[in-house]
Amino acid sequence: MTEAAETSAQSPTSRARRIWDSDFMWSFRHAPVAVVSFFVVVVLILGAVLAPLIAPHDPFDPATLNLMNGFTPPGDANAFTGDRFLLGTDDQGRDVFSTILYGMRISLFVGFAAVALAMVIGVTLGLLAGYLGGWVETIIMRVADVQLTFPAILVAMLIFGIAKGITPPEYRDQMAIWVLILAIGLSDWVQFARVVRGATLVEKSKEYVQAARLIGRTPFSIMLRHILPNVLNPVLVIATISLALAIIAEATLSFLGVGAPPTKPSLGTLIRIGQEFMFSGEWWILFFPALALLALALSINLLGDWLRDALNPRLR
Amino acid sequence: MSALISVRDLTRIFDVSKPWLNRVIERLPRALLTAVSEVSFDVPENSVYALVGESGSGKSTIGKIMVGLVPPSAGSVEINGVDLATETDTKKIEAVRDDIQMIFQDPFASLNPRWRVRDIIEEPVTAKSGKAEGLAERLLEQVGLSAADSGKYPHEFSGGQRQRICIARALASEPRIIVCDEPTSALDVSVQSQVLNLMSDLREDLGLTYLFISHDLTVVQHMADVIGVLYLGRLVEEAPRDRLFNHPKHPYTQMLFDAAPRMDAFGREIDPPKGEIPDAINPPPGCAFHPRCPLATEICRTERPKMRRIEDTRVACHHAT
Amino acid sequence: MTDTPVLSVRDLVVEIPTRHGVLRPVDHVSYDIRAGEILGVVGESGAGKSMGGNAVIGLLDRPARIVAGEVLLSGQPIHDLTGDAIRRLRGKKMGMIFQDPLTSLNPLLTIGEQLTETILEHLDVGQTEARKRAIAALEEVGIPAAAQRINSYPHEFSGGMRQRVVIALALCAEPDLVIADEPTTALDVSVQAQIVALLKRLCRDRGVAVMLVTHDMGVIAEAADRVAVMYAGRLAELGPVREVLTNARHPYTAGLMASTPLASQGRKRLRQIPGAMPRLGALPSGCAFHPRCEFAQDQCRAEPGPTLDRCDGRAACWFPLTTDQKVSA
Repeated sequence: MTEAAETSAQSPTSRARRIWDSDFMWSFRHAPVAVVSFFVVVVLILGAVLAPLIAPHDPFDPATLNLMNGFTPPGDANAFTGDRFLLGTDDQGRDVFSTILYGMRISLFVGFAAVALAMVIGVTLGLLAGYLGGWVETIIMRVADVQLTFPAILVAMLIFGIAKGITPPEYRDQMAIWVLILAIGLSDWVQFARVVRGATLVEKSKEYVQAARLIGRTPFSIMLRHILPNVLNPVLVIATISLALAIIAEATLSFLGVGAPPTKPSLGTLIRIGQEFMFSGEWWILFFPALALLALALSINLLGDWLRDALNPRLR
Repeated sequence: MSALISVRDLTRIFDVSKPWLNRVIERLPRALLTAVSEVSFDVPENSVYALVGESGSGKSTIGKIMVGLVPPSAGSVEINGVDLATETDTKKIEAVRDDIQMIFQDPFASLNPRWRVRDIIEEPVTAKSGKAEGLAERLLEQVGLSAADSGKYPHEFSGGQRQRICIARALASEPRIIVCDEPTSALDVSVQSQVLNLMSDLREDLGLTYLFISHDLTVVQHMADVIGVLYLGRLVEEAPRDRLFNHPKHPYTQMLFDAAPRMDAFGREIDPPKGEIPDAINPPPGCAFHPRCPLATEICRTERPKMRRIEDTRVACHHAT
Repeated sequence: MTDTPVLSVRDLVVEIPTRHGVLRPVDHVSYDIRAGEILGVVGESGAGKSMGGNAVIGLLDRPARIVAGEVLLSGQPIHDLTGDAIRRLRGKKMGMIFQDPLTSLNPLLTIGEQLTETILEHLDVGQTEARKRAIAALEEVGIPAAAQRINSYPHEFSGGMRQRVVIALALCAEPDLVIADEPTTALDVSVQAQIVALLKRLCRDRGVAVMLVTHDMGVIAEAADRVAVMYAGRLAELGPVREVLTNARHPYTAGLMASTPLASQGRKRLRQIPGAMPRLGALPSGCAFHPRCEFAQDQCRAEPGPTLDRCDGRAACWFPLTTDQKVSA
């Protein structure tokens, strides 16, 4: 009966109004978890993007650092300088709140870029495998199967190791971020490829694709113009959930010491630094970056879950 | 009247074997499905030729071969003297592609849900970088929709309206032939009559030739000039409409007529036909219909009957008179 | 045979609350089915015919729900039963046959296991007796070599044979009522004829009441004793099948009959009903059929059509057709 429930053709209203009234927005407005997650994500992303404007300190500028400010607990005044820090400082006197904002910048950048890379590779290969079939499909999907037998983080470490081995040492710190993106992106394309291949197989058998074929459209044009727009819904869902996974993967790699360098710390690097002080009483150095990571990953994940339900016509 | 479409000994075999490794392990032979087997017929210009048959009869496969979606394994389809499968002159191929279009069964799957109606209808022209200014609007009105609908998406239309959009798309390249694969079987009765009437009107106005594929005998009886009956990929009988319905020669045709539900057969107590359509991978030897045939004799079990002409009827049966 | 109908539906209303308002896929529908009778329910897609059947057997998917009226099975109200109570009744008192036989068979169990399980659950018999009855049930629906085939899995049967198994499954607990929702739609013509003949024979031999939901007027003509024509959630016409199909009183039924290719009788054009059935969310005022009705008067545009109990009991129409009125093209 979902069809009967659809809006009938409406009189021309403003575009914004139509979007607000659409089934998609309606389901968003009626999912409190999604709304809360959305705002958490927006606030965190804004915080990260606007870090240079809102962060009280620049943690990358040694000139503003005062080693005397080290280990200031959150909210308290420093015993020597009398400075106060919202979330305290780390061993070098860097403001934890500021390092989190700047760390999230790196985490989010790596996450988005890695997912974009995985998406481009995965969607392309999935489309090719699903539409062309035959040996193209066999090769692509076997490679995907083999890669799936390794944990993604292991694949990422492997790629990271190789990349690190071939970059000259003087560029290593600058290259680290890009190598991270490459490593995470290459370890994550399989999901996209599998889902797109499945969706492509379904769409390929539909008659609108046959109609395009008999007109004489080339396979490339059919994949791009006809099939791709119709397989994007699941891609969007996976991209959202992959973003959370990529951020965690980045944090894991950085925590293990193979990711972002301490000079440009991501959330994972901050957590690694923080855990050294966990048992000596300076809990905030670990706790707040970990909390930020948790909030970011969890809310993106919850948003992805809702998106999956909202875009799945069968669950409506 | 010369034939616009000429089908000769058309055969299509599908390989439906399991993957190679499974075959080796389970010691299975290759499984070949003969979907269409040595089918020949002609369709004159501006006529309606109907192919009827139950599932597995190969009627849809013939339609797909005709428009070039599936290549034939053997035999040929010539449209206006051009065989799409072997022709190398791209100009001729393009011309035939414009000449033959198709309407599909499921109006919910045959329109790309992400495209606007205008783009869908004009695709046959724009795909060849042709100019299509106002074409969609004109065609929409021709099929009984409004020109203002061209900016909408398919989901805003009902099943019958979508089928009209499909017809409009099929008309865009100004074809001479339209292959209609079960065009109304997904539609409700009251909508079906609207679409059938539209198709009849277009045929008169534009001088179209239809290859009409259907399992519904009542629809075929209404639309077709000549009807070919298929069973397990073989043409078993072909005759002009009235002759076929009044004097069916092949026992399978008779069985189909008897089994079809009738609007005037209240509480009819029929002896339903025996058995079911056999497996097309291992069809019975001889005449494929012999296990279900009341007339079957020894020769039917061993020898495949040849097409014979009896007056206006062509029939492939040893016992037809 | 008592006078109480096996199934009695009274003023049944099913509603679906949506964000665009409340839809009524079943709107004040009343009918009876007696033992040994086949009631055909016809209508086009969206007419509410399947929803009506599902409401009777308590298989409405949320958020659809019965908001008014009652469903009586042999005089006992069943519309307010929930959970286990209705589940026990289904199977025991009511059998179901769906369009796609694969959805009602468990692919992991042999058909024998499924049949004996159902028999053991609903009838007071032992394992051996249950198996014997299962074989008998398969034989009754015309499955050759039933004693051997009983150990086969559903996928080993052809479509027609599978539908026979479903019928055996629906009947093995000896129900009083069978609801068949488009049982022949997925089948070929020759197999369809077999299934229709089988349904008719079982109904007659067993005295089961059958509700046959289909869009195929031909199947209705051949199988049903009485027919209920649905339009936009309402009962448009109800009566003996021969009467309704040859002498329709509701303009919709008449139009439907006239628009079938069979009725064209060699004419070039088919008669057609203009327009399409309205969506439930956008029903017109008054009688839902009036925009497509050539006989519509002011009353039809203003007032909803009468329900059957408030008119002649045959056609829910303010101006039912008389015998000399005929629909035009």
